[in-house]
Amino acid sequence: MSLHTALVIGLALVAALAPRCAPAGRGYPVIRVDGSSTAYPLAEAVAEEFQLRHPGIRVTIGVSGTGGGLKKFCRGETDIATASRPIAASEREACRKAGLAYYELPIAMDAIVVVTHPRNAQVAALTLDELRRMWSPEAQGVVRRWSQVNPAWGDRPLNLYGAGTDSGTFDYFTEVVNGKARASRGDYMASEDDNVLAQGIAGDPNALGYFGFDIYYENRDKLRAVPIARAAGQPPVMPTVETILSGDYAPLARPLLIYVNAQALARSEVADFVRFWLEQGGPLAAEVRCVPLPPEAYAAIRGRLDNRRVGTIFHGRPAVAISVNELLTLPAAL
Amino acid sequence: MTDRARLKARIQRAKQLERGFLLVAWLLLALLAAVFAGLFVSMLQTAWPRLQPDFFLSFASRRAAQAGILAAWVGTLVLMSITAAVAVPLGVAAGVYLEEYARQSRLTTLIEVNIANLAGVPSIVYGLLGLGLFARLLGFGASALTAGLTLGLLILPIVVVATREAIRTVPNAIREASYAVGATRWQTVWQQTLPAARAGILTGIIIGLSRAIGETAPIVTIGAVTFIAFLPPSPLSPNFPFISFDWVWSPFTALPIVTFDWTSRPNADFRANAAAAALTLTLMTAAMNGAASWLRYRLRRRQRW
Repeated sequence: MSLHTALVIGLALVAALAPRCAPAGRGYPVIRVDGSSTAYPLAEAVAEEFQLRHPGIRVTIGVSGTGGGLKKFCRGETDIATASRPIAASEREACRKAGLAYYELPIAMDAIVVVTHPRNAQVAALTLDELRRMWSPEAQGVVRRWSQVNPAWGDRPLNLYGAGTDSGTFDYFTEVVNGKARASRGDYMASEDDNVLAQGIAGDPNALGYFGFDIYYENRDKLRAVPIARAAGQPPVMPTVETILSGDYAPLARPLLIYVNAQALARSEVADFVRFWLEQGGPLAAEVRCVPLPPEAYAAIRGRLDNRRVGTIFHGRPAVAISVNELLTLPAAL
Repeated sequence: MTDRARLKARIQRAKQLERGFLLVAWLLLALLAAVFAGLFVSMLQTAWPRLQPDFFLSFASRRAAQAGILAAWVGTLVLMSITAAVAVPLGVAAGVYLEEYARQSRLTTLIEVNIANLAGVPSIVYGLLGLGLFARLLGFGASALTAGLTLGLLILPIVVVATREAIRTVPNAIREASYAVGATRWQTVWQQTLPAARAGILTGIIIGLSRAIGETAPIVTIGAVTFIAFLPPSPLSPNFPFISFDWVWSPFTALPIVTFDWTSRPNADFRANAAAAALTLTLMTAAMNGAASWLRYRLRRRQRW
């Protein structure tokens, strides 16, 4: 192959791809979304559908994690941040310093499912207190057998599997179970890749682990979800679409949120995109195995845009155990 | 036993030892090759149903069967062009300077130690540097240019070291002969040393680019996106001057990012996509290496001493 042939092939390639290229010029409209990996499949589905209907508008979605996404969002580098936990106090402070107003819009529900091997049926249900005894930082190196938590579960090793420390799932689970975000024992099998955890638990009769609802749903024939009771004596609740929406599965159910830069919303393409998300997001959420909010909830959330209700509802309130009703009615503040 | 017989026995033993060592070496090599072949075949098998033209010509989708890697492979090509454009001239020039011009001083020793150390710095650190320097301070944003510059810095030490090694293999007699017929230092470097070292330099460049092509951490740090359903603007423009550099400012994704995203999906259908994307990345690397060996062969053939 001579230089000539290479040049000809290169030019042909460029010419063939030219129709799919963005228009030249640095200022073509791009909607920049970044954030949670849990919310990514939903964001991708919405962006895909939106671009089919509005071919001129371009959407990019990054996966920096909830924390990374909000960091960029508060610097004004992105228009929308996707989040699997509410905005934290330090992030609110960063946004306030930057003089950045934002809308907080719930887009779907997700739940953390506690799972075991299907043969581990003697663990009929777990209370939050039992989970805390297994996962608290003090349990590190001490609680190693099922019988230490409940003698009825048998004297066998307790093998724990859980989310890696970079994930919002880890933040949320530790806050609910251990009372403090990111406080956890460290001697468990940790992975950012939920598929690795699912595979591990499916092959280990002594395993206990936790991850998002979508992963459980894809592996429901190989894993068993454990019903969770808020306290001893209370009825244990299985994670299902109904219990997640009704708030019965709270505190391990959580809203997926998007934060929209109020200034960016003045751009017509961003406004179109956000409204499209709140109109079509429900069915798309069901398609990618998130739990959609009830249709009337999406209408109420659209109202939040119309009334210019900026800010978060999670100021001065723990970011856990919230029902859909509370999501819609609590007052918001920046 | 005579001395002769003893010597013979000793030679015999040494030969046996050598054969034994050779056998072990071959076995290890076969084991390595088998592991690689096994991985490759398993990847090919998983990827096979997705290896259709559509896969290479469509953008990301929530439906595994419709998702493609167009944005990713174009993005990877764009990144590699910018990376090469940054690292090759800088790296080769630095190597030539250190080897042919620089006098041994504390400063050059310091630079040399630094270059050697830089080659061992984790790539995420380059990502943070790129984010702070190119994306934020210089205001290039999360563009292909930022990523290309970052990856360029990442492979710079590799190119510098390879260039120096290659230049060191050029016999001094060549330089002296060049000076003897009245050539200046510049002419000697440009017309004798560099052409003779070309093959080695090229190998270094390809090793560097092969490292850069698989990097995920630094480009995610500087803001590479995962979903993008458009290509950068075309480098050819219908208006004068017919060439446009708008594409360097475009948001981008790359093959390793897309592969990683697909492997971490709950839906198992995406695994085939991930395998096909990984296979594409492997083939791109292999093509780069192949082109390099072929060029090396041609360059060596033209060398007349």
